[in-house]
Amino acid sequence: MAKITFDGIEIEVPDGTTILNAARKIGGNIVPPAMCYYTPIKGTGGKCRACLVKVAAGSAKDPRPMPKLVPSCITTVQDGMVVENTTNQSVLDVRKGIVEMLLINHPLDCPVCDQAGECDLQNFAFEHGVATTRYEEERRTFEKIDIGPYIQLHMTRCILCYRCVYTADQLTERRVHGVLGRGDAAEIGTYIDNIIDQDFSGNVIDVCPVGALTDKTWRFKSRVWFTKPVNAHRDCGNPKCSGNVVLWYKGKDVLRVTARKDEYGEVKEWICNECRFEKKETADWTLEGPAHIDSSSVISANHYELPVVNPQVIADLPESSVRDLENNPPLKLGR
Amino acid sequence: MGRKLLTEHINVPGIDTFEVYRKHGGYRSVEKALKTMTPDEVVEEVKKSGLRGRGGAGFPTGMKWSFLAKPEGVPRHLVCNADESEPGTFKDRELMTKLPHLLIEGMITSSYALGANTSYIYIRGELLYVLRILERAIAEAYAKGYLGKNILGSGYDLDLHVHPGGGAYICGEETALLESLEGKRGNPRNKPPFPAVQGLYARPTVVNNVESIAAVVPIVNDGGDEYAKIGIGKSTGTKLISACGHLNKPGIYEIELGVPVEEFIYSDEYCGGIWKGRDLKAVVAGGSSVPILPKELILKTAAGENRLMTYESLSDGGFVTGTMLGSGGFIAMDETTCIVRNTWSFSRFYHHESCGQCSPCREGTGWLEKVLHRLEHGHGHMHDIDLLVSVAKQIEGNTICPLGEAAAWPVAAAVRHFRHEFEWHVTNPKEATRPGAYFSAKAALV
Repeated sequence: MAKITFDGIEIEVPDGTTILNAARKIGGNIVPPAMCYYTPIKGTGGKCRACLVKVAAGSAKDPRPMPKLVPSCITTVQDGMVVENTTNQSVLDVRKGIVEMLLINHPLDCPVCDQAGECDLQNFAFEHGVATTRYEEERRTFEKIDIGPYIQLHMTRCILCYRCVYTADQLTERRVHGVLGRGDAAEIGTYIDNIIDQDFSGNVIDVCPVGALTDKTWRFKSRVWFTKPVNAHRDCGNPKCSGNVVLWYKGKDVLRVTARKDEYGEVKEWICNECRFEKKETADWTLEGPAHIDSSSVISANHYELPVVNPQVIADLPESSVRDLENNPPLKLGR
Repeated sequence: MGRKLLTEHINVPGIDTFEVYRKHGGYRSVEKALKTMTPDEVVEEVKKSGLRGRGGAGFPTGMKWSFLAKPEGVPRHLVCNADESEPGTFKDRELMTKLPHLLIEGMITSSYALGANTSYIYIRGELLYVLRILERAIAEAYAKGYLGKNILGSGYDLDLHVHPGGGAYICGEETALLESLEGKRGNPRNKPPFPAVQGLYARPTVVNNVESIAAVVPIVNDGGDEYAKIGIGKSTGTKLISACGHLNKPGIYEIELGVPVEEFIYSDEYCGGIWKGRDLKAVVAGGSSVPILPKELILKTAAGENRLMTYESLSDGGFVTGTMLGSGGFIAMDETTCIVRNTWSFSRFYHHESCGQCSPCREGTGWLEKVLHRLEHGHGHMHDIDLLVSVAKQIEGNTICPLGEAAAWPVAAAVRHFRHEFEWHVTNPKEATRPGAYFSAKAALV
């Protein structure tokens, strides 16, 4: 066991745990963001640099600080390690820089993107980014590609986290897509348009942190926050498939099926393509009840959880705006 | 004239053949090491020599070797990094073309010291003709019993393979090199684990530059103490410098570390001064990734001492007023050179060569290049100059491998030392692209 201090909070974790997972055990808003790391998939992490933290003391044996910021998702803890995340301004500054870097070539087409509302990049930018850009040049763009009958790749939105590559490596029998090219011309590709039609390929949609890989049976059907997530299961014939899913309802229709995710957006159990794409009738499933969605997510607004209300924010409204609302009610159209 | 340890016989006709090389004292170090020394004694000699890695970072080679993990029953590997592709650096190519047996000799001796039975030379894909030279030389060494099973009857076996890269600069980074050698995409790995613990095929591996491995030959022949006598302080031995740019005599020079920079540029023994009788403007002392320095700072340190060709003296003053010896790619620029264009050119290289794995480097190198392109072509704004510094700072230190820094340092240094020239490009957009325009504008003012 190793005892570490993370942002002033002491926690004991088994040896070999990464700093990020130690922080997740503490939970709350001190957890570093992760755009590329994905616990269930081996080999992920270390690429997006969003989770960089300062190690102020390496270990009890060698208390020297580490010279550079380290990626918390792949750095393992040492006994006596002292880590600074939200308590260190330089870490927050670097994180702001990482948001900027990730966004300069991102199309920012959230209003038409199916991922909006459950997008890691959106959350990350909202929490750590700035509202303006210093980037004046043209953004790189790609054509949309259909890879297989169910998945569409919109490379323009991709942040090259490599999650889908590792997922396909580890879940499907034969990976047919990968990263082609290099630098900012690197792209996820299926080389001469091989199609992905393996049993578990649909999981790449769930692991994608942005809207680069989308479910073609769901595209443009609805915004996620207008749908109701319901836990369900079925007896799937595929031995590797858990059959435990979340159905996303709008009215009586099941608009899409996804795997169940934990609070950090990581899939708990993988599901097969048949469950994901072909079983869209309530009759196919045994319903368990409303799926729990973290109350900070926009998806939970108006549904099963309390609406997203932060009392602090309302109390801090400047007096003028409160008064204005009382004395001058907003104009109504057509008056 | 300084001593030449590596290139003494470089111009002997036929030195690339086994017989001629052997006649000039070749393969002595192999005989000495295999017959009279234990592997640990060889490592000890290299440690004593104070040899520092010649690939750029300057990490002590002996120390790197002693970090090699030696678990029972796991093979170890030595990999020679011949993926030399930094703009301005071309010393290894020359060494391998003309003295292939020197590298092979160094590989045998070093592999013996590290207990490696399979070693690799990872050579840059563009140098296909050098690959052929090396392969021919290796075949000769096999035929003469210096490679293969039971070398010289000592019971030590070694197989040496040459492997060409696909032409990516990033594969010169040691972990990307190992990935590429394993047949994967050349993306740098996250460290730790370091190659000394988990390198090629997850086995303990040492990756050394061509010149470092070649330098093991004179170290074993003459002893580490003898080698350490050359040079100043912690910069021992000789170093190959590939001098290029606006010099009267560009080329590859083997210098004893400690030669003053001024002597190196102006003396007839070395570069013979700046071409066309012009004045020196700036120098990039160690390959395109190290900070550029203006004439005043490259000849003298900020404290007014003579700048010497050593690791310490060149980095005197940190990055504020210093630079690095790096890989020895010495680029001199005369007074008419446009620093903005030059920085853009470097930046374009790093943009092209970034592997695209981690976000600061993937997006940042492109951003730097685009802003510099704008400045050079007269579409820049004053705030772009600060933007460059800020973006460079966002990349530096936050990437997986040092390519991010290599892209950020030259830009930051160019703005630091030549800010007025960037500003001039903004205020004179119509003149900006004309070669030498800044120089003539400045001359007109005086």
